[in-house]
Amino acid sequence: MSLADGLKQAAFKMQPSKEELARSSRLRRRRRTVIFERAAAPVLGAILILIWELVARYSGISEFVLPQPSLILKRMIADCPLLLTHAAVTAIEVVGGFTLAVVVGVAIALTIFYSRLLEVALYPILIAFQTIPKIALAPLIVLYFGYGWGPKLFLSFFISFFAVMVATVVAFKSIDRGYADLARSMGASELQIFTKIRLPAALPAIFGSMKVALTLAVIGAVLGEYVASERGLGYIQLQANSNFDTTLNFAAVISIAVLGVGLYLLLLAAERALMTGRRPSR
Amino acid sequence: MSAGIAGALVMETCFESGVSVQLQKLSKSFESAAGEELSALSEIDLRIEPGEFVAIVGPSGCGKSTLLSMIAGLERPSTGILRVDDEALTGPHPRAGVVFQSDYLLPWRTILGNVLLPIEIKGLDLNKYRSVADELLVQVGLSGFASKLPFELSGGMRQRAAICRAIIQRPGLLLMDEPFGALDALTREQMVSDLQALWMRLGNTVVFITHGIDEAIFLADRVIVLSPRPGRIDLEVKIDLPRPRKWADAHLHTQFHQAMVDIRDCFERRGILHAENLEQPAVQT
Repeated sequence: MSLADGLKQAAFKMQPSKEELARSSRLRRRRRTVIFERAAAPVLGAILILIWELVARYSGISEFVLPQPSLILKRMIADCPLLLTHAAVTAIEVVGGFTLAVVVGVAIALTIFYSRLLEVALYPILIAFQTIPKIALAPLIVLYFGYGWGPKLFLSFFISFFAVMVATVVAFKSIDRGYADLARSMGASELQIFTKIRLPAALPAIFGSMKVALTLAVIGAVLGEYVASERGLGYIQLQANSNFDTTLNFAAVISIAVLGVGLYLLLLAAERALMTGRRPSR
Repeated sequence: MSAGIAGALVMETCFESGVSVQLQKLSKSFESAAGEELSALSEIDLRIEPGEFVAIVGPSGCGKSTLLSMIAGLERPSTGILRVDDEALTGPHPRAGVVFQSDYLLPWRTILGNVLLPIEIKGLDLNKYRSVADELLVQVGLSGFASKLPFELSGGMRQRAAICRAIIQRPGLLLMDEPFGALDALTREQMVSDLQALWMRLGNTVVFITHGIDEAIFLADRVIVLSPRPGRIDLEVKIDLPRPRKWADAHLHTQFHQAMVDIRDCFERRGILHAENLEQPAVQT
């Protein structure tokens, strides 16, 4: 092979083939789509905040009615220690109420699943309880639980456990009975059928309901703080309201949202950790 | 070394004999939602010899599946006696493996994890059986799929894994409830041939429930035909075609054809199949 031939071949090799070009452009397009999707929410959020900022600044609406986001942010930074202290209180209430809701919700679901008698006895009563607007109970709860952690934990729990319970019952009931038969044919005990088949099969649905329950638990805790409290982000809101301090009020609202999103992300991480090695959803 | 142990364990299976199954005046009835007594099976008398391959065919709802789940120890007979290995059955038999129409692989477990499920449930040594499972997966053509999740496999492959799970403990009795009913015709044909080969190697007793008359005749030493509800034994056909049988060749055999004719006749008498009408359909105007 002459030198010229070799060079020609090398040059030919440097030239990517048509297929390679098509593939790389396809890859590039896919990567671009992923980036667009990741950026979608933050960009939309930023646009909405920008509109808010412009409206609040230039429309002549008073700061007392609609403070500018920039002012709220400044306030959040300035009052950071205050907000953090009270956010911690609310966080404990939410996590406590939510945990109670999951434990009690799953426990009741299991008794309903395993006992037909308890199902017919409990279900109507639980549904009746669920139809009561929780806020209607708030004054009574203060009467019974006082001003401490009690009413917040209780409201947070009470507002969120139903979602966990119903979803868990449905998940357990919808498992094909063939799985249990199969396990039984291998000599499995009821406990083994529960741990090896029913619980892992129901886990995705339970996690789904936990996501609903968590957002409800936040509402319950703040509701409890509105009714009677000396601490927590709901209490900050009440204070801000009575001082006509709308900016602080907004700062507290945003803190609640951030707290909720943060806890939600923690739950997602826990779910992902427990579901490793499963078929990815989507 | 571990391969040697696996080989030895699988070899052992060749010498394990099947168990016998004996049904005496076995009946099963259910209570319908309206409170009526529904008889599903009526006075079944049947003795299945150790190592025998028995296929049970019958129309939908004739109680074939009920019969199988009674032999599996999952349901109690209403009356009659059911013996496995000459002992009255009181629950799932430790030497029985079951394959259903659905593979019932646990979707969150790998194929290997699914195959090892019975070992885990019985609290046996997982390490010892891991090599057996690997060996079995190779034998059914699933080498390289041990660490895959069930959704990554085709229907036929999943059912192969389910069969591995049923035979990992070298059961003396393999109970199969329409195991290939959900598969396409080509896959089914392959599975039927492979099952024959597997059974010839294992030498266990098989009770095989099916809708497919051809698949029953091809596989079985004896085909039992059940009548419509309440299921009774309508006909028994012995098939002693030489083994290993080949799908295409077996169909050409006179005995295969005769069995087919007899079983179809039986279904026609019961009105399950209708005599084939070979007249040209009238042209619609």
